[in-house]
Parts: sequence; structure tokens; C-alpha cells
Amino acid sequence: MNKEHIDVSTYHLLDVTSELEQEPIRSGFGAGLVEAGKQNDQVVAACADLTESTKMHLFRDAYPDRYIEIGIAEQNLVTVGSGLAAMGKIPFVSSYAAFSPGRNWEQIRTTICLNQQPVKIVGSHAGVSVGPDGATHQMLEDIAIMRVLPNMVVVSPADSVEAKKATLALAEDTKNPGYLRLAREKTPVFTTDKTPFAIGKAYVYAPGSDITIIATGTMTYQALLAAENLFKQGIDAEVVHVPTIKPLDATTILTSVSKTNKVITAEEGQIAGGLGSAVAELLSEEHPVPIKRIGMRDRFGESGSPDELLEAFGLTAKHIAMAAHHMMKS
Amino acid sequence: MKQKHTIPELETIAVQIRQDIIRMLEHAGSGHSAGPLGLTDIFTALYFDVLKYDPKKPDWNQRDIVLLSNGHCVPVQYATMAHAGYFDKKELMTLRKFGSRLQGHPERTKLPGLENTSGPLGCGLSQACGMALAMRMNQDLHRWIYVVMGDGEINEGNVWEAAMLANKYKLNNITAIIDRNNIQIDGQTEDVMPLEDLRHKWEAFGWHVIDIDGNNIESVIDTLTMSRAIVEKPVMVIAHTIPGKGVDFMEYDFHWHGAPPNKKQAKEALHELRTLQGKIRGEHE
Ligand SMILES: Cc1ncc(C[n+]2csc(CCOP(=O)(O)OP(=O)(O)O)c2C)c(N)n1
Ligand SMILES: [Mg+2]
Repeated sequence: MNKEHIDVSTYHLLDVTSELEQEPIRSGFGAGLVEAGKQNDQVVAACADLTESTKMHLFRDAYPDRYIEIGIAEQNLVTVGSGLAAMGKIPFVSSYAAFSPGRNWEQIRTTICLNQQPVKIVGSHAGVSVGPDGATHQMLEDIAIMRVLPNMVVVSPADSVEAKKATLALAEDTKNPGYLRLAREKTPVFTTDKTPFAIGKAYVYAPGSDITIIATGTMTYQALLAAENLFKQGIDAEVVHVPTIKPLDATTILTSVSKTNKVITAEEGQIAGGLGSAVAELLSEEHPVPIKRIGMRDRFGESGSPDELLEAFGLTAKHIAMAAHHMMKS
Repeated sequence: MKQKHTIPELETIAVQIRQDIIRMLEHAGSGHSAGPLGLTDIFTALYFDVLKYDPKKPDWNQRDIVLLSNGHCVPVQYATMAHAGYFDKKELMTLRKFGSRLQGHPERTKLPGLENTSGPLGCGLSQACGMALAMRMNQDLHRWIYVVMGDGEINEGNVWEAAMLANKYKLNNITAIIDRNNIQIDGQTEDVMPLEDLRHKWEAFGWHVIDIDGNNIESVIDTLTMSRAIVEKPVMVIAHTIPGKGVDFMEYDFHWHGAPPNKKQAKEALHELRTLQGKIRGEHE
């Protein structure tokens, strides 16, 4: 039996159980930035010696006069971004998430957030799915350190199509600083051009009544797969996709949780400080219910293939489903 | 005392290390080729002549320190350490695999003999300053710290903060080495972020600067040994190297910064290294 339960029609999603095309989330950013550059000639870009890895080369090749190569200097990267924004530009500054915002957090705090400049920080290669490069390059704490900053918007798209929309939406916001979290590996593309996206909104991709699974980034696809399997096993899970971690869409989350009273969160990052924490903070104040957070549990990643690592650290549909079964029993 | 190798013997070891680097990278299916091959002569000189250490007692408290600041070049350090007796060469083939001690970027807590965890660039020289200051406080005057950095790496402001500190405290037990191979990820260093006049920059920061051919083992050994006699300043060795050294199709090409050879390329590279080995003057000729 196939679950009709994923809201394919409202959200124009593709069937997650089918063979889907795969593309890295960062590619959607690359395409989106070129499009944003076309729409607004104030959009500019800078990178710290990772132009192709972050897919910024597409913008560089399209608009060479609006592209700045900073060299390997992430503190300079974001601080130059602050200066560009002060003169009316909408700067997108990119590197690996481990280095930006990993290395330059205080510069972001003061010269971008407190200074209220609309610099868009793009952190690629987030999560353990970075693979063989190992722990130093697998950024797991970026959601935590970015969402605690006043004025900062934090977006973690689920696939390349959504990443493109998120890039365009961030470019349109000429007021706020933003953080865009990207992944390295190819992942299934299950949203379409028609799927809605707005900053600050969460989406109930699969309605259900037994348990709420709240997911972001690469884990949303896994959550939908888990919901399909759970449905066959008699558990009707609701999947809430949260592409914007800050500001958090409290209304959508609370509406879902008021119905199910059981929550699982899923993210490819530390559960401390990440989406799971954000949801736990909200629920403990507004609607306390049992919650299970899936993510990295206070440890670093390591070298390995992406699939090996996701399996080893419990970041797959199977692990989400197991957690759901466990919660339904208790 | 370690027995000293002749220069031709060291050159032969360097060729073997390069072959292992190629095999490791091919087997791993990812990783960095150009930097490690260019740095092989320096690592051979360090571990087979210059350094004081005991591979069986990696935490010996009188050992010299090697800090690999440009952690992506760690295949050369792993391969050299295996040849020097730290661990079995077979383990080299676990590079970047799940569960391996040989992480894609070096992790001190995983492999005895590594002195730091690196990969994110720009931190080695500062760590060296801390170690040098502590050694001075401890009256530990017979140990030396060698820091290996990339040339692109010194784009990082952190490096220049350390450069000023080392000068302030006259940290003369540090010898830093810049792998001056003229490449980084996005292209040639002078296109991405011009470094020149590199020598005068370091001199202006108060360092004693020596330019050498970093692919000439003899000159590397002479310079690193001599650097210990320079007591009034920290020493910066600008080691001019050829990225991808020893493999014709990799040499000088920045595209090989972060790419491994595939099966066919590895075969070609190994063949080339073998025949190059035949050209080297040595007692078996
Ligand atoms: C802080 C930081 N920023 C960016 C990177 C990504 N990165 C890895 S190697 C590299 C280029 C380094 O150039 P260089 O030091 O000259 O090394 P080479 O290419 O010669 O091996 C970059 C930008 C990093 N590892 N750390
Ligand atoms: Mg270089």
C-alpha cells in the first residue's frame, strides 16, 4: 500500500519512494545566486578560495565585476561583507560552514548582526555527509551558533530546488543578515518549482495524527521516507519541514504538536543548540510534550563514506522510524 | 643514535614515499595530491635526518615537534611516519576510511606521533608559539619545533598574528617552513591573493628568512640544521617546491590540489616514479 498521505498535491512534492534525481543542495544555491544577480544588480558575491566548491563560480563567471576573491581569510570575508552592505550592496559571502561561520563568529556578531547589515553568509559542507574529509570539515554546530544571534535569519533547505528559492528569498530581504546552510553530497530532489517557500514558514508535508516529525535540511527527505514506512506499520506520522530555523514558525509547529502530543526532531547537526533545541525551547514554554531529538549527540564526526557515517550516527529514515515506534509504545 | 642516511638513500626513500602517497590516494578515492608530493622531500629530510624522535615512544618528552599546519597535506606525513616505523605501512591503505586512525585531516587523538589536529588553515604557527613559550618556561632548551604551512594558508590573518608574537618573544626554537608551491584551490597564489614580496614581508615581521629549493633534500637538511644555530630570531624557510613533484601530469597544475588519481592515472604515476627512481644516482646503479 502506498501512502497517499504525503501532501503531494498542495505542495507539489514528488513521490519520495520513487527513483528521484539527485543533486547537491549547494548547486541550487549556485543557480539561485546567478538568478538573484540578474534580478538585482546590487547583489554581489565574495568567496574565500572555495569558489567552485561553494558553487559561486557560476556567479563569478556571469558577473565578474561583482565578484570578489578574498583568499583564505574568513574573518576578512564577512567583515568585507559588512562594508559592502553598508554601501547598499546585498553581499553573499561563502565558504565551508566549518570556517564561516565556524571561524569568524564574533565578526559576524558585531559587524553584521549588531550593526544590522544584510550580509548573507553561505556555509557549505554542513553535516557528517561531507564524508572522507573527516571531523574538521563536517560542520555540526553552525545552526546552534547562528540561531542565537539577534537579527540573524537561519535557513536550512531540504534539497537543491528549495536552496534556489531560499537564495532568492534571502536576496530580496534587504534588511536582515542571513545564514544559508548547504550540504556537499548529492541528495534526492523531491520538491518542485511549484512547492511554496517563504522565509519563516514551516510546511506540513505529510499530515498525520499520531506523532509529529519535525525535520530540516537533508533530514526532511529521511523523515518523509520514515513516515511512508511508519504508515504501512500503522503509525500515522505528521512531517513538518522547517527550512527556516530562525525565525521559527511557532504556529505551524504548535498546531501540529497540539494534535499529536509526541515529537521527534531530526537534523544533520548537534542536537545541542540545533533545531531540536529550538523546538524543545518552544514546546517547553508553550506546550510541553515528550520529545526525542535525532542528530549528533555531543560528538564529532569522522572520515568515512556519507552513507556509512549517516548510518553509524543514526541519521537515516530507519532511525527516525525506530524512534517513532519507541515513542508510540511509551 | 639514529644511523645517518646518505643523500642518494634519502632520495630513494622519498620516491618510495611518493609511491605510497599515490597508492593511498587512489585507494581512498578522495584527497589531496599536489601538496603532499611537493612536500615529500621536506618530510623525508625531517623524519630521516633532522628530527629527534623515537617512533616506539611517540610521547618521549625530549622529542622534536612537527606541526603540520596545512592538514590537507597529511598523506605525506602518514606515509613518512609509516616508513619511519611509527606504524605498519599496510595501514596506509585505510586513509580516509571509516574507523581509520588515518583521518582525512590529521587528528592528534587518533594517531600517536601526531602533535596537532589540523585541516582548518592558519593555526599551526600560533600553536608553535604556545609550545615554544611553554618550553622556555620549562627550561626545555634542547627541543625544536618545526611548523609546515602552505603558501595559500598564509592568507589567514591568524598566521600574521603569530608572526608578530614570535618576533616579540624572540621564539628562536621555532623553524617555520612555507611550502611555496604557488598554488591554492582557486588558482595561482599570485592571482588569488598576492603574497609577494614574501621574503621581505617576513623580514619586516622580524624573522630570519631563508629561501631554498624544497625539492632538494640536501639543501633542506642543511637549512633545517643550520636554522638551529640562528638564535637571535625565529626562522622562516621559504621552501620553493613543485606541486605534484615527481608525477609529470600533476606538476605545477592547481587542479591537482584536491584531487586523487584514478586507477589509470595512479598506474601511470607509479610507473613514472619507478623510472625516475632508476635515474637517481645511487649505489645500486
Ligand atoms: C580556514 C580554512 N579555510 C579554507 C580551507 C579550505 N582549503 C583547504 S586547502 C586550501 C588551499 C590551501 O592552499 P595552500 O596552503 O597553498 O595548499 P596547497 O594547495 O599548496 O596544497 C583551502 C582554501 C581550509 N582548509 N581552512
Ligand atoms: Mg600552495
